[in-house]
Amino acid sequence: MHHRKLMLAALTLALGAAAAQGTIKKGITIAFLPKQVNNPYFTTAWRGGQAAIKEFAGVGKQVGPSDAGASSQVSYINTLLAQRQNAIVVSASDQNALVPYLKRAMQQGVKVVTYDSDVAAGGRNLFVSQASTDTIGRDQVRLLAKQIGNKGEIAILSATPNATNQNAWIAVMQDELKKPQYKDIKLVKIAYGNDDDQKSFTEMQGLMQAYPNLRGVISPTTVGISAAARYLSGSPYKGKVALTGLGTPNQMREFVKNGTVQGFALWNPEDLGYLASYAAAALVSGQIAGKEGEKFGAGKLGQRTVGKDGVVILGPLTVFDKGNIDKFNF
Amino acid sequence: MSLPPSAPGRPARSPLGWDATIIALVVLALGLGSRLSDAFLTGANLSNLSANLVEVALISLTMTLIIIAAEIDLSVASTLGVCSALLGVLWAAHVPMGLAILLTLGLGALAGFFNGWLVTRLGLPSLAVTIGTLALYRGLAYALLGDRAVADFPPFWTNLGFGLVPGTQIPIPLVAFVVLAVITAVALHATPFGRSLYAIGANEVAARFAGLRVERTKLLLFILSGLMSAFAAVVYTFRFSSARADNAAGLELSVIAAVLLGGVSIFGGRGSVVGVIAAVFLIGIIQNALTLADVPNEILTIVTGLLLILSVLGPNVAARLRAARQRRSNLTSPKGGAP
Repeated sequence: MHHRKLMLAALTLALGAAAAQGTIKKGITIAFLPKQVNNPYFTTAWRGGQAAIKEFAGVGKQVGPSDAGASSQVSYINTLLAQRQNAIVVSASDQNALVPYLKRAMQQGVKVVTYDSDVAAGGRNLFVSQASTDTIGRDQVRLLAKQIGNKGEIAILSATPNATNQNAWIAVMQDELKKPQYKDIKLVKIAYGNDDDQKSFTEMQGLMQAYPNLRGVISPTTVGISAAARYLSGSPYKGKVALTGLGTPNQMREFVKNGTVQGFALWNPEDLGYLASYAAAALVSGQIAGKEGEKFGAGKLGQRTVGKDGVVILGPLTVFDKGNIDKFNF
Repeated sequence: MSLPPSAPGRPARSPLGWDATIIALVVLALGLGSRLSDAFLTGANLSNLSANLVEVALISLTMTLIIIAAEIDLSVASTLGVCSALLGVLWAAHVPMGLAILLTLGLGALAGFFNGWLVTRLGLPSLAVTIGTLALYRGLAYALLGDRAVADFPPFWTNLGFGLVPGTQIPIPLVAFVVLAVITAVALHATPFGRSLYAIGANEVAARFAGLRVERTKLLLFILSGLMSAFAAVVYTFRFSSARADNAAGLELSVIAAVLLGGVSIFGGRGSVVGVIAAVFLIGIIQNALTLADVPNEILTIVTGLLLILSVLGPNVAARLRAARQRRSNLTSPKGGAP
């Protein structure tokens, strides 16, 4: 008798484990809570999230504030909790302000996935990250090196001197530049446009005057790259000095089309939302618990693995150029 | 024949009609909310709903006093911001929390004193003064904290911000609000101080001739407003466990909207605490219910805008109706007209 019970328990466990590996439950309710609704970036991410939810037959919606304040996100979290959603997929306006409320949600069995912008420890099950710092830094160097034929003076036009993410990327870029294939590339200057359009524009102008032999510029900020492109576009350097970095297709479209910029990069927000939806569904279905090393299927993006600290990385940057830029609207 | 909206010295005639209307609207909104969503009338939701209102509710109390006295304080949200920033800076500098809170309240009182000093000593209009300090105090907040955020507040304190009274669904800050609301209501409706506010708001010159210390009273009001904003800053900082320079940006509009919807006349001299509290909850209930029903954000903004217009129209229409009624009664009784 005792034995049978044990056997049964073992069988149940085994079956449970099999189910955990198996399919996503149907009818999962997932709510996306971006920093801001009616923001093209988040609208695009939601399009991807929605596509994924449709694939696994869940029920999805996007809610959120029209201003980017943390306090307004909190009231939405509470509302979603009252509506008993299975999962909340949130891009946090404030690293800390949401944590107590998200913790409360998790205590009540709601799975929490952050995307685009994470919260502090303990506030979520998983963070779906755009790309690793390493990837973002190295990809930009590779992109520029290709555009200038691995040769010549280059500069970086960053945001503010104390912007944490920018500085981390720049450190990786400097490391990447030490590789032998880049021996003929020389980084001559790191300029700062303070994420201000006017300042970035004049900094770019200053770079061209100070370094007449400059062959290329990396601007790892959406404000910087578009201001720099605008300057180049109206200058004799158009098409001669390469410009790349992180930008959005809508900002950069005209400069790609008029030949100022060959290609620039960013993660694909549509894929980011898509992956976040699958991560949320995998959590709700019990396929994963958010621990390092766990794997889950993410539709067209294939099998994904949960990394350290519950971070799932989308992957390499998407490069936007003449060939594909019209497929994107954000 | 002209009729003063409310005669000087006899201001205590509060617009009970509007109070009743707004309370009826609250009941109506509660009913509507429960029809819109099953989750609406649950303890947890009502608890969240009231927790979300608490800063606006707190500051509305002192704003009621100020607007009744025919002044305004537009700097309240910026005062909250700079106080939140100071609390964060002090805590990050390892100042003990009790002292940090005291200093924060002190800064709020000082900010209010500066507003009041400019208004009463230099005789500047409070609208202009507090538009200025709205920018000034927010600027100081950024000077203190920049775009950093201080977040590592001890759980004991943050729990005071977002925790519940043990064994209930009542948010802890709501208790503080109820206490302060009772104090404010008694001070406004049952003390000479309260009567002096109505008198000053209705007719400042007459109040002066009646021997009221107008300047001192106004200075005190602004200090109280700053102090209340600082207290709201402490609540806000702990509720979100986050001190940031941009905390509560734009909150002054929600406060003023609630006060006006609550029947306080923007021209001073008229209004009640009950009406204002009901209005704070009316706005909160409508927003919560519509959000629960997944009404898109744009509609929410439109509804809030319409409520604002109603807040100015409603009491005015009520006042006109009252005046018309009075005119009719004046016609029938020949003695009624002379003040």
